[in-house]
Amino acid sequence: MDNVLSRAGMYYVLLILSVLAIAVAADQVFAIQMTIVAIAICIALWFNLRGADYSAIAHGILKMPADETVYDDDPIRWGVIATMFWGLAGLLAGLFIALQLAYPVLNIEPYLNFGRVRPLHTSAVIFAFGGNALIATSFYVVQRTCRARLAFPGLARFVFWGYQLFIVLAASGYLLGATQGKEYAEPEWYTDWWLTVVWVSYLLVFVATIVKRKEPHIYVANWFYLAFILTVAMLHVVNNLDMPYSIVGSTSYPLFAGVQGALVQWWYGHNAVGFFLTAGFLAMMYYFVPKQAERPVYSYRLSIIHFWSLIFLYIWAGPHHLHYTALPDWAQTLGMVFSIILWMPSWGGMINGLMTLNGAWDKVRTDPIIRMMVMALAFYGMSTFEGPMLSIKAVNSLSHYTDWTIGHVHSGALGWNGMITFACVYFLVPRLWGKDRLFSLRMVNWHFWLATIGIVFYAASMWVAGVTQGLMWREYGLDGYLVNSFVDTVSAIHPMYVMRAFGGGLYLAGAVIMAYNIWATIAGKVREEAPMSQPDFNPAADRPAIPAAAN
Amino acid sequence: MANKHQDAKRVDEPTGTEFVGHEWDGIEELDTPMPRWWLWSYYACIVWGIVYVILYPAWPLVEKGTEGVLGWTSRGQLAEAVEAAQLERAPVLAALSEIPTEQLTEYPERMRQAISGGEAAFKVNCVQCHGAGAAGSIGYPNLNDDDWLWGGDLKAIEVTLQHGIRWDGSDQTRISQMPAFGRDGILTREQITEVTSHILTFSGAEDVSPASLRGAELFEANCAVCHASNGTGLREFGAPNLADKIWLYGDKRSQIEGQIWAPQNGVMPGWQERLDPVTIKMLAAYVHSRGGGEAAPVAVSEPAPAEGASE
Repeated sequence: MDNVLSRAGMYYVLLILSVLAIAVAADQVFAIQMTIVAIAICIALWFNLRGADYSAIAHGILKMPADETVYDDDPIRWGVIATMFWGLAGLLAGLFIALQLAYPVLNIEPYLNFGRVRPLHTSAVIFAFGGNALIATSFYVVQRTCRARLAFPGLARFVFWGYQLFIVLAASGYLLGATQGKEYAEPEWYTDWWLTVVWVSYLLVFVATIVKRKEPHIYVANWFYLAFILTVAMLHVVNNLDMPYSIVGSTSYPLFAGVQGALVQWWYGHNAVGFFLTAGFLAMMYYFVPKQAERPVYSYRLSIIHFWSLIFLYIWAGPHHLHYTALPDWAQTLGMVFSIILWMPSWGGMINGLMTLNGAWDKVRTDPIIRMMVMALAFYGMSTFEGPMLSIKAVNSLSHYTDWTIGHVHSGALGWNGMITFACVYFLVPRLWGKDRLFSLRMVNWHFWLATIGIVFYAASMWVAGVTQGLMWREYGLDGYLVNSFVDTVSAIHPMYVMRAFGGGLYLAGAVIMAYNIWATIAGKVREEAPMSQPDFNPAADRPAIPAAAN
Repeated sequence: MANKHQDAKRVDEPTGTEFVGHEWDGIEELDTPMPRWWLWSYYACIVWGIVYVILYPAWPLVEKGTEGVLGWTSRGQLAEAVEAAQLERAPVLAALSEIPTEQLTEYPERMRQAISGGEAAFKVNCVQCHGAGAAGSIGYPNLNDDDWLWGGDLKAIEVTLQHGIRWDGSDQTRISQMPAFGRDGILTREQITEVTSHILTFSGAEDVSPASLRGAELFEANCAVCHASNGTGLREFGAPNLADKIWLYGDKRSQIEGQIWAPQNGVMPGWQERLDPVTIKMLAAYVHSRGGGEAAPVAVSEPAPAEGASE
């Protein structure tokens, strides 16, 4: 009872603080954002008091232990649903801004113009979709590979709900115009501080679960998850060191200025790719690929070498985002050299994933989930080859500031992060909700093909658009003068923009089919359908030859 | 755990590889050696990296970074590229600076080179208002036609480029100000409607009517001093020709009436402090070449026929 009372009291104090913050807010954006916080606290308070009368008090009084015989999967179930929800939202926002680029009339001022929806898209797919997938799968994997329940179950729930509040604050802030103007780090100072609290809690839950493990060794997936959580904490704090102009205002000034600020930003930005979208998703790969393929991991030695190489090399590669800028030459050189040496360590993950299928390659034909995983690893391999190539100065001087970069990012994001996440969700849902199988495997197959063709349209059109732009920008006429104006390049790539939006539409269509499939599975429906492959068996022919005389 | 040592010798059937012996939630690991091609490619990248950081600026020291054996710098590379481009263009630019602007048309090859350079400069500095094809838009003149506000010969275009229009950065800027006939109470709204009717008869957009006849008197009293009685305009004041079908601020009756009520007097910046004289000359040549370029007004430049004829 004390517990309930003190928690309710804490919520009341927070509620009063947030209402005070609304009252004295220095600007309207801050007032709106604090209103969102107050609403979130009200919801938390209501659930706290409503649940208090029954199970919580009973647990408290009778000291009834939580069911220690099963894994703590509630936050994972919520996480899977959140992943699906934010994934659809993020893809929809992406399709919208792709259409805005092709048809600028779709810019709806001021809340839905490209400048505000673009960070909404990137944050929704990376942090909301990817982040929820990472938190959910990490809680799932760490429990099973440690054979231990989550440490601090209450804190784990706080991590999930706190992270959703971060997403809502960030997204609503973008649309209201609150931004730090730093790519992938747009949320303002108060949202950053909140995420720091949530993220440190996440680290605590994860590390404490590893500490109480019942296995002698720590599985490779957990190395990658831990590297991801630790490094993202460091990156987030350093890149968001800034001074709010008012503690009740929604604007701040960064600690680092000019080229130092740019370097810190891209140290952050590139390692967001390296540790969030690479290390974290490799962790998913290391658990779910062997599980789905039912095969052992290809090479333990390769996993050690490529893990430590990746961790050591990635952190230095950021300056390749600042080639031919005010950044000193020495820093540019190091960014490029580390990026190229990073090529093989990145491919180590692809090799270990793909070669795990040795002895089970036939499943690529029969199991659409395995096929998604293989496609994800193939796109991972392509992107991690393309990345080092784009970091070479001579290539970068053509590709930088063009849509080639956008194509590169999306072959990684749609191909690698998206596909592996879809595969993991398909793996998880029947197990988390105790179903025999998915609602429909054939719909997974449809999803696979829509997504794959969508990516091909997307990446191919952006490659063509990027190279076209790069060549047009640097085209000189016979008299030694530039031939094209900027707007000439824009009109030249319009058809590619339309094609990109079409590819994105296909990808979104696949995700909608998935959402229906997941919903139907959770609802307990099972679609009657022909299996993906059938053994070649004819009972009439399957008989011994009987001599006619015997009759 | 107990049978760990036996596990280490266990062999995976399909691949024929030994297991390492660990197991987590059913996942095991094989003891496959790292692929040789992978390992050697990794070594090769590292060796290449070592060589590269010796050749190029790479390591931060106390004062500044190492400079690299090749002595390469990105600033140096840029300076070289700029210098090479300048060297290539230098003879053309020198020749162009020698030729008086108004005589450019007499040197077809130089004129062609000037147009080419002017086109590049136009795409950087002018497209923002005049459009990539120089076709302009409402409020921004179309440079492809022969309807000139301030003169369409090379010299006149050059002066406009140098000093701008209604540009407070130059004393010699082209300046004129059409009064706000409606807003300042010079004409009533009804009178403006009548004047507009009259104006629209110049180009044949409307027929003569009682209203336009009343407007004709108002036009003569208020407008003809700048736009001329027949509406053909006067370049001296930058007063547009109202007798053609080209309208800077729109051809709808409401747009014309609005322009009489409270005119927009557009501003173009002067470029002589931002661009060098040869670039401005080339821009003049480019604009002149767009279709409406006019010959130098010989009659006006009576005192200088010798200059014009000199070859």
